[in-house]
Amino acid sequence: MSLPIQISPQAYDVMRQHAEEHFPDECCGFLYGHDNDVSRNIMQAVPVLNAKEGDKRRRFEISPQDYMKAERYALQQQTTLLGVYHSHPQHPAIASEHDLKQAMPYFSYVILSVMDGKTADIKSWQLNEANTAFAEETITANFKL
Amino acid sequence: MAQLIIPTPLRKYTANNATFTTDSITIEQAIEELTNEYPEVKPHLLDASGRIRSFIKVFVGEDDIRSLDGEQTELKDSDVVSIVPAIAGGAV
Repeated sequence: MSLPIQISPQAYDVMRQHAEEHFPDECCGFLYGHDNDVSRNIMQAVPVLNAKEGDKRRRFEISPQDYMKAERYALQQQTTLLGVYHSHPQHPAIASEHDLKQAMPYFSYVILSVMDGKTADIKSWQLNEANTAFAEETITANFKL
Repeated sequence: MAQLIIPTPLRKYTANNATFTTDSITIEQAIEELTNEYPEVKPHLLDASGRIRSFIKVFVGEDDIRSLDGEQTELKDSDVVSIVPAIAGGAV
């Protein structure tokens, strides 16, 4: 079963601004914080370049170089790389088959739905234990959409 | 000994270890040693034929092994090997 996930207001603001600035393209970034056996706490969101070539309105990709930097940053800052966020412009915050195909275990996949340039919804997903499907994580947040 | 950096999402299969040191002399041997030590990580790194999965990239320092000698790339003592999962997706 997925853990409850808390997202700090600062992390949410970074994701929301990033998603709205890049509308109608998808944006993406890394999520850092801490977790234990009972909860997960996202303290920081860091935008990265959507490296997908061509049309970015329905796809995102993070370069291996940016991924390696993110892992190094987590080790240096004694924080944990907990997942990735991206936006779904003009689309619900539901993880797609395409998201599932490339998903990694353990990571939280936070998705922001951006409708007509404004953030309309946020959901978080994590692979189930069998790595066969996404389970929605329960976001406990002290921010307003 | 060369050092492998385990990506965060796979550390639950490596007893939460972030690194793995090896005296293997090629990438192929190093990955085999890692998967022998931690069998649960194997399906996340290798496909059914035992090759590195298409969604996983391996870098020696800053160089993708595909631009070197692939899985036969030789390792030196000071090498840092990063296992990098593809991070991608999209709305539909």
